[in-house]
Amino acid sequence: MLELNAQTIAFFIFALFILGGGLGVVTTRNLIHATLYLILSLFGVAGFFVLLSAPFLASVQVLVYIGAIAILIVFAVMLTRSMTRLRDLYNEQWLLSGIAGLLLFGLLAVGVILPVWGQNGARSGQPVSDAVIGTVDLGKALVDQNGYVLPFEVASLLLTAAMIGAIVIARDDQE
Amino acid sequence: MNDVCSINNFVRCLTQGGMNQDLANLISLLLGVVLVATLPLLTVILLIWVERKVAARVQDRLGPNRVGPLGLLQTIADALKMLTKEDITPLGADKFIYNLAPIIAFAVVILLWAIIPFTPLHVGADLGIGVLYFVAIGSIGTIKIMVAGWSSNNKYALLGAFRTIAQLLSYEVPLVLSLLVPVMLAGTLSMQGLVFAQGGMWYVVMIPVTFVIFVIANQAEVGRAPFDLLEAESEIIAGYNIEYSGFKWGIFMASEFLHAFTVAVLAAVIFLGGWWGPFVDQVPALGFVYLGLKTTVIYLFGLVLRATVPRIRIDQLMAFNWKFLVPISIWNVLIVALLLQVAKGLNLMPGPDQVNNVIAHLPLTILLLAGNLVLGFYVLTRIRGFGRAQRLADEARRSGAVVGAPAGD
Repeated sequence: MLELNAQTIAFFIFALFILGGGLGVVTTRNLIHATLYLILSLFGVAGFFVLLSAPFLASVQVLVYIGAIAILIVFAVMLTRSMTRLRDLYNEQWLLSGIAGLLLFGLLAVGVILPVWGQNGARSGQPVSDAVIGTVDLGKALVDQNGYVLPFEVASLLLTAAMIGAIVIARDDQE
Repeated sequence: MNDVCSINNFVRCLTQGGMNQDLANLISLLLGVVLVATLPLLTVILLIWVERKVAARVQDRLGPNRVGPLGLLQTIADALKMLTKEDITPLGADKFIYNLAPIIAFAVVILLWAIIPFTPLHVGADLGIGVLYFVAIGSIGTIKIMVAGWSSNNKYALLGAFRTIAQLLSYEVPLVLSLLVPVMLAGTLSMQGLVFAQGGMWYVVMIPVTFVIFVIANQAEVGRAPFDLLEAESEIIAGYNIEYSGFKWGIFMASEFLHAFTVAVLAAVIFLGGWWGPFVDQVPALGFVYLGLKTTVIYLFGLVLRATVPRIRIDQLMAFNWKFLVPISIWNVLIVALLLQVAKGLNLMPGPDQVNNVIAHLPLTILLLAGNLVLGFYVLTRIRGFGRAQRLADEARRSGAVVGAPAGD
């Protein structure tokens, strides 16, 4: 059933990146190490996008999640230097968050298992559609009135509002 | 088939000897990767010599001239010396990350060479998203400096890392906005596609303002004067790599030199027509020479700039970016987009069969160039006005203040 070719090997390497990185994020006591594990995990997701023939999403994943978000997290962590050498456990809600994590995992597992081994499982091997979508199609879909122009504009508005909010918070009251 | 065995049909060479087809493909691919990665490694040896010679000439010195003819072997002697130095890891350093940083530093620069089209036929990987790949890899480059600065357990290194993140994140904005304009003109994100689109006219003629923004933003991205705050010898000694010694420091230095050269190559590819030149249709290998020549022009300009201008302060750096470069970049994108629509409306665009026709490109070029000249003129007027206001303020302060008092902000 499982063919061992270059793609499968790459899949398992990237899966190792994602799971190992995710495990590292929650187990390490050093916050800088945690963010570096997070970067490894996000990099694995970018690798998955490449395997799924979605190079645009892969590069955006690297650009946005590693290049911007992860770096800002490291920046924030480095500014609070005393936080980088934590040795004690401060969080008292670990039981609650553990339950929430398990619930989410169960939900995702059901979401993955049902389509594959459920009553329609026989069709899961077939591709949903044989259309080849390139970067140009993606770009057109984002600005097409029959496509995703409304969600795209709403997301842009949200980001603009967040940026203006950040500027308002950061500026001096005197000015 | 009794073909002569050569590098062009390498896979067949191997399979003729009875090798498995898949293995032959893999070996041929690996050889390609090694070739693309080794070329920059060899180039950097020469680059360091060029840089030292140019800097020496600008500063009225001779530069390296003892080891080998014209001092050409100086870099090799330096590299050998570096290898013999003791490799020190500071106390309290985070060992694993500390050793990881130089590897990331070099890998990031080498990765950029994968998408550079050397000739019409020779390119490491002609990705459909080449330009985005360049930006994405560039953003990974920030990690190496941060990681190196933090893991060294040294406050100067950390200060250098802080400055770097602020600088690199800020200057990524005009860089990406300036890359948007050639992509708009060519209608593709692929590097090879960008070069092919410049068959009729180089983009540096069509959109010179974009080219200037790109070069300035890149100078900041590679951290060279006047944007060399991440090193700033006189303030934070050497910045993020202060604790590194021996070979690891050498890797940092080599990757920095190579990065400056790599962005010059990319500027030549995106704006100066890459491998285009006379007779390149008949002899594709000539493209390599043309690309080298164009790169040299941009690279030498960067070197002279580095050797002549003083370093700017961090607040000036930020003000220059957010109050000057970013607004101009946004205006630039809007103006070019508008002019492109005007050109489409007036039917000035070259047809799909006229890609290499210079005459067919002239109307569009004149239109875009006119728009760029207006924008450039406006920008220069603003700079002049700003400079005059600054001088007047300085004079007023000098005449009003006590002589010899420090000029505060």
